[in-house]
Amino acid sequence: MSIFSKIITAIRGGASEAGEAIVDANATRIFAQEIRDAENHLTKAKRDLTGIMAKQMQAKRELDRINRSITEHEGYATTALNQGNEALALEVAEKIAGLEAELAEQQTSFDNYEKGAIRLKDLVKGTERQLADYQRQLSMVKTTESVQKATAAITDNFSNSNSKLLNAKQSLERIKEKQQDFDDRMQAADDLAAEGSDQSLKDKLAAAGIGEQQTSANSVLDRLKSKQG
Amino acid sequence: MNIHLIANHLNELADNSDTGFIFDSLPIAGEVDVLQVTITGREEIPIFVSVTDDQILCIAYLWGEEEVKQDTRGEMLEAMVEMNIPMPLSSFSKIDEKYVIFGALSVNSSLHDVEHELSVLSDNSLEVINEMADYLL
Repeated sequence: MSIFSKIITAIRGGASEAGEAIVDANATRIFAQEIRDAENHLTKAKRDLTGIMAKQMQAKRELDRINRSITEHEGYATTALNQGNEALALEVAEKIAGLEAELAEQQTSFDNYEKGAIRLKDLVKGTERQLADYQRQLSMVKTTESVQKATAAITDNFSNSNSKLLNAKQSLERIKEKQQDFDDRMQAADDLAAEGSDQSLKDKLAAAGIGEQQTSANSVLDRLKSKQG
Repeated sequence: MNIHLIANHLNELADNSDTGFIFDSLPIAGEVDVLQVTITGREEIPIFVSVTDDQILCIAYLWGEEEVKQDTRGEMLEAMVEMNIPMPLSSFSKIDEKYVIFGALSVNSSLHDVEHELSVLSDNSLEVINEMADYLL
């Protein structure tokens, strides 16, 4: 059974009761161990792969060297033939035959290393995929368990503090009321601020001698004087 | 990331949060560490934060099964499933007999991301209760 269906079964079956785990702790431990094993296999496979690829490169270099050597000796043999030195040419030809045997041998090793590298690369890819899948599944189990434990802690906290959970509608209403209260207070503060700024403008205007003027004794005296005159 | 880092961040924010909310956070002891986060003015709907190996889970409890009008329960569930994608950052779930709204973040998220998540989750939870009120007792 997949982890996913195990979780569903456990949740539907009410395994969320305190103390009961989704997947028993032992199974989780085994699973975690499998993941560690897969990780170890992966590390080893990668190390093997590096080794085999290095050998493949060495074999390739050796192949190139032998090929160069064969070409070189073919040149010597041709020169010897051109000089009519059949005996020397034969000696070189024997050397070439030896090199060719060596070449075939090296080619076989090279092919084997190549095959091994391809096989290991596939293995690494496969293991990586499997590891990712294991980790995803373990994460599902751990998350489910952690949420259940968190829920248990929250529930305990509520029952300990004796605070009764309101129902959803009541909660929303209370929050809306508070928001309204807050908005009203903000509005009142705004109104106050506006009135304040209105008053300060009047003061400034008055100071500049604009707008309504307070009648002063001097202005009354001036008015009387002008009537007399 | 752990709940204490989140708690410190939220408490230090005070009036300076980008979201305009004032957060208060209280760690709850238990087998798993949980942080109870309340937003000033919205104390009735706290958000519970827990941190696991690979994610930060933020959960708000919406309503209990006993608050659901049973004759329109199917419609409510369908409406919730349909609302799941349009609703930014949050999703619905059910834990035991309680319907919840939750958001999950990577443990590599910044504290700023967590703060943003909490404010969006709180807004979403109020909106959802408002929209679903007809299905509730």
